[in-house]
Amino acid sequence: MSEGGGSFTLDGQVIAFAPGQTILTAATAAGVYIPHLCAHPDFPPHGSCKLCAVTVNGRDGSACTIEAAPGQEVRSDTPELHEIRRVLLQMLFVEGNHFCPGCEKSGRCKLQALAYDLEMLSPHFVQFFPHREIDASHPEFFLDFNRCIMCELCVRASRDVDGKNIFALAGRGRESHIIVNSPSGRLGDTDFAATDKAAEVCPVGAILRKEVGFATPIGARLYDQAPISQVDLQVDLPGREK
Amino acid sequence: MIAIESALDPILGRHRRDPTALLQILRDTQEIFGWISPEVRAAVASALEIAPTRIDSLTRFYAHLYDAPRGKYRILFSDNITDRMAGSVALMELMLKKLKLERGKLSADGLVSVDFTSCTGMCDQGPALLVNNLPATRLTAWRIDEICGLIRARTPLDQWPEEFFRVEDHIRRADLLLGAAERPGEAIRAALALGAQGFLDELKKSNLRGRGGAGFPTALKWRSCRDAPGERRFVVCNADEGEPGTFKDRVLLQSFSQSLFEGMALAGLVTGAQKGFLYLRGEYSYLRAPLEATLQKMRRESLLGRNIAGAKNFDFDIEIHMGAGAYVCGEETALIESLEGKPGRPRIRPPFPVTHGYLGFPTVVNNVETLCNAAAIAVVGGDAYARRGTTRSTGTKILSVSGDCERPGLYEYPFGVTVAQVLEDCGAPDVGAVQIGGAAGNCLIPEEFGRRIAFEDQPTAGAFMVFANRRDPIEAARNFAHFFAHESCGFCTPCRVGTSLVAGMIDKIAAGHGAQYEFLDLKRLHDILRASSHCGLGQAAMLALGDMMQKFKPAFERRLITKDFEPDFDLDAALARARELAGRDDAAAHLGEDI
Repeated sequence: MSEGGGSFTLDGQVIAFAPGQTILTAATAAGVYIPHLCAHPDFPPHGSCKLCAVTVNGRDGSACTIEAAPGQEVRSDTPELHEIRRVLLQMLFVEGNHFCPGCEKSGRCKLQALAYDLEMLSPHFVQFFPHREIDASHPEFFLDFNRCIMCELCVRASRDVDGKNIFALAGRGRESHIIVNSPSGRLGDTDFAATDKAAEVCPVGAILRKEVGFATPIGARLYDQAPISQVDLQVDLPGREK
Repeated sequence: MIAIESALDPILGRHRRDPTALLQILRDTQEIFGWISPEVRAAVASALEIAPTRIDSLTRFYAHLYDAPRGKYRILFSDNITDRMAGSVALMELMLKKLKLERGKLSADGLVSVDFTSCTGMCDQGPALLVNNLPATRLTAWRIDEICGLIRARTPLDQWPEEFFRVEDHIRRADLLLGAAERPGEAIRAALALGAQGFLDELKKSNLRGRGGAGFPTALKWRSCRDAPGERRFVVCNADEGEPGTFKDRVLLQSFSQSLFEGMALAGLVTGAQKGFLYLRGEYSYLRAPLEATLQKMRRESLLGRNIAGAKNFDFDIEIHMGAGAYVCGEETALIESLEGKPGRPRIRPPFPVTHGYLGFPTVVNNVETLCNAAAIAVVGGDAYARRGTTRSTGTKILSVSGDCERPGLYEYPFGVTVAQVLEDCGAPDVGAVQIGGAAGNCLIPEEFGRRIAFEDQPTAGAFMVFANRRDPIEAARNFAHFFAHESCGFCTPCRVGTSLVAGMIDKIAAGHGAQYEFLDLKRLHDILRASSHCGLGQAAMLALGDMMQKFKPAFERRLITKDFEPDFDLDAALARARELAGRDDAAAHLGEDI
């Protein structure tokens, strides 16, 4: 469809795109931020968090999964779409157990950073308070499923990059949860390693390194300096590491 | 104790040790062991050389796969609103009391478990339940008593009275499909006489549109699949009839399977596919044996297999795949995932199945009724077919009528029939509302009964649930909300979390604790789920509720409290554990109204 590339408009601004780019990747490359959580520049589109909700020629869709095509009229920066995103963030907050003040990921957490940037003032909905386990069996990492947002980045990284297939998504509906592929179901019984891609992709604080807590003080962290809408434009360009 | 390996070997052999058949393998294995124990899990994983987590991702996704023992007798009450209206809740309580059981818990002796399941498609003969996947219909207190007796006596299921398991067709009005006499091979021979392109032209002339609800032109779908690049092609019949209130596919599968399979073969003829799958919902497991028998008969009569009906290079055969209790698998890409032995999570679309379907090959996915219509078109011709119905909705539509009416069952009409006409025919004089299209459909009130069943007016996949004036719309809304919360696949945020939030809010309103606050929140979530959900399940999850909130506003408002807001946190309920520990439940151990 978009074999030769071309351009579309995003909130009126002309965005050039290369063949194969999605609306999200083309916008990022052009320096325009569209909120997202499950999308990652190193992985194919996933489309589960729905934070990148946009309208394309008046129709609802996800910027991360829709391929850019010439002449598309894309809207992203509208009060209606930001309202949808705020509600989706609130859903993610009430679904898990997110206590930012005590979380080591605070300041580097995309969920928290987006909530700040999109001015989510409260979780609004009834908290689910699910009972989720912590797995501290691995010598270098622990898993705190209370903070998991089901983006499956760890699943994808371990399967597609590390070739280890350590994580999987199981369950359905609100019972969805990440499971670990080992006889005991514990991370300590896998060959998960600090050098794994899966060890660094978690956008929230569900996969955390042990023994390095608060090395960078809160207030001096990634998203403490500038909002995610500015920081991630740098981070999310393919091939560029934080 | 059956040795796992020796029991597993024939199953694995049957499925060629193919990991894409994992769902089928687990279903067959569970038939023997009753559940997927850790030992069975390990044995299957090692035999297929897959990660055991792949097995977990299925057993924890499909409602009818069990990773914990569920008993020798696994009772599941159908939980559609029509079952409830016919008294299912009281019958389940009766059974629990008689068996001294808690819902969802296995009895101490490992004999029996009793729970709810989503609509089992027996709405015209409910209340219904499944016992080890076999449907028992027309339940009464007397019948429950008999069933409890048989369970306590550990009577094998094949010795239970046949009468318990009788499933009626209830064809009340027949037209092109339901009125046709079975003439094996007629459709295939007629299409062969026209040739693949000739038949496709007839199909185009007929203007046949998909009966699953979306109404996509069938000829266009088949042609797109034929023209898509790919070494192999597939035809899939979507017999995952999970929409609450729909049961017409069950009757087509039970009494018109020859015509359905011929329709699939015609799709093979047009697209060049040589293999078809019938994806049969787990709740219809009892239909599997008769369907296999039809397939065998057709193979014997050279209506399936190689050189069908003597036509050189017309090779096509059909395999039955079983579902395992997941409504979302009615969504075509989720169904394909399930066919590939994975959890039924809808794919990103585009690409569509016609270009990238089963195993990435071009695939046609059609509803049961659509394929039966295709077979009928081969016989009557495109022009004659197109004269039935309306200009934009040609042919007939089979409605599954249930609820408050004298004659529930199947009604086949030419498209364009009014809702009022259907109500008159089924004997429903005092109607407050009709839910059309199932839980994911629209709720119509008497002012709208002049609406016509047609793609251009009131489209439907076929559910037609009648609610008498005395019924409480909030009970229906609650039933639907819990259905979607249970059936959400959990992939995308709005559906995974939103459907649960909605169920909670409706419960709160129904319990008399909801305020305008919840009412407005529901409206907001209605728009957000529709706009941002990944697939049709989430997008349509609040459609009926939105209709009901608008059309039965007074009924909702009567239930709302006048306070601005009432917190969800219930201090008295939170003290339940403390009371339990103290062994007290007297009035003084409860907080009063004055708190």
